[in-house]
Amino acid sequence: MNSNLFRYIFSFIFLILLQSFVLNNVQLSGYLNPYLYILFILSLPFDISKYTLLLLSFLLGLCIDFFLGTTGVHASASVFMAFCRPFILRVIAPREGYDTATRPRLQDMGVKWFIIYAFTLTLLHHLFLFYTEVFRFSHFFTTLGRSISSTLFTFILIFISQLFIFKKADSKS
Amino acid sequence: MGNLIKLLIRYSFFILFLLFELICFFLIVQNNHYQRSSFLNLFYETSGSIQNKYAAITEYLNLKNINKELAEENARLNVSALESKMKLFGENYLINDTLFKQKYVYLACKIINNSVNKSSNYITLDKGALNGIEPEMGVIGPNGIVGIVKHVSPHFSTVVSVLHTNFRASAKVKNTGFFGSCYWDGNHYQTGIVEDIPSHIKIKKGDTIITTGYSTVFPENVNIGTVLSFELPPEKNFYTVKIQFTQDYKNINYVYVVKNLMKEEIRELEKLTEEQ
Repeated sequence: MNSNLFRYIFSFIFLILLQSFVLNNVQLSGYLNPYLYILFILSLPFDISKYTLLLLSFLLGLCIDFFLGTTGVHASASVFMAFCRPFILRVIAPREGYDTATRPRLQDMGVKWFIIYAFTLTLLHHLFLFYTEVFRFSHFFTTLGRSISSTLFTFILIFISQLFIFKKADSKS
Repeated sequence: MGNLIKLLIRYSFFILFLLFELICFFLIVQNNHYQRSSFLNLFYETSGSIQNKYAAITEYLNLKNINKELAEENARLNVSALESKMKLFGENYLINDTLFKQKYVYLACKIINNSVNKSSNYITLDKGALNGIEPEMGVIGPNGIVGIVKHVSPHFSTVVSVLHTNFRASAKVKNTGFFGSCYWDGNHYQTGIVEDIPSHIKIKKGDTIITTGYSTVFPENVNIGTVLSFELPPEKNFYTVKIQFTQDYKNINYVYVVKNLMKEEIRELEKLTEEQ
């Protein structure tokens, strides 16, 4: 349990630093930014309480906002994503329910489950994020295009990160 | 009461979510210029339209009073009208003691914050009201226009960058003099759009687009960009020109804030003309 706690604290700090100092400087074709930090919310265990989930996402978003100078924008999107997570998990639950020994990872839950899970939540997060940033509906389709293209970018990065974990676990066993 | 508490407990997750979102939106509106002005705009528009209706009603009720005040004002104005004065001076004098008069002064500033990847980009400069910067002054870089000053504090000022979807500047094709309106379409940070260039003039790829000096913000003949491509929308008489900005907004450190010494004079004159 303790080692799990340390792992989550480490990934919390690591993802914030990675996002603010590396990924934030990546801009494909001028405005495509990946937001990999939401991987932390995706990777939290199944049996975490909903309230802790909201609180952690809020803190994560605030930290990102602090480094990016966009007070509140990322925090609100992260909180929205955390709010949606329990519903998404319930909708795509396997027939026998979730095993508390497993974690929401590619290697535990299978490729199809993980793609649905990660892509839906990433899309919800990015839609909320970009519309909050623009703060109006006048450029509706431009914003929609931006959020969908950024979602694909972020999702690819999330998928790649899962493959890394996969490989490490393989070599251990 | 018991039912209410039951309800609160039942929806506590949703209520907590709303609470967090409220905090977030409070932070957003409180700390971000752009979202704040959007929010205030909406707020003022709504409250303004209600107040307008209210004013329309009270105005009608107060017509009697207003009439009386107007009559009094008329009487006062008659006293000071031209016809009731004696003419003292016959001719006007034009005092012109030097050949050239300074029209613009430039103040070099360092950029301390800049972005190009949002739909509304702002720049922060290291000089402010104490150095003589005022809102609505133009900002130009070594290779072209950069933006317009929006807010000033004693030591800093923020600038609406050219890369802001609400930015507009009057622009013309060099050597022709036909002018149009230049703006950023929110896509790539190196390209913008110039509209309203009449279709009968000849433009070609690579032509230079410069400022006109019609507004009091930018001096004349400052570079904006070069023509990348242009098209004539069907059934229209104006080109839509895609331009490449000559100034690279991602690689810029020092800019000049332009102060137009005759701005007030021009403004007052134009205002006077429009009023009559």
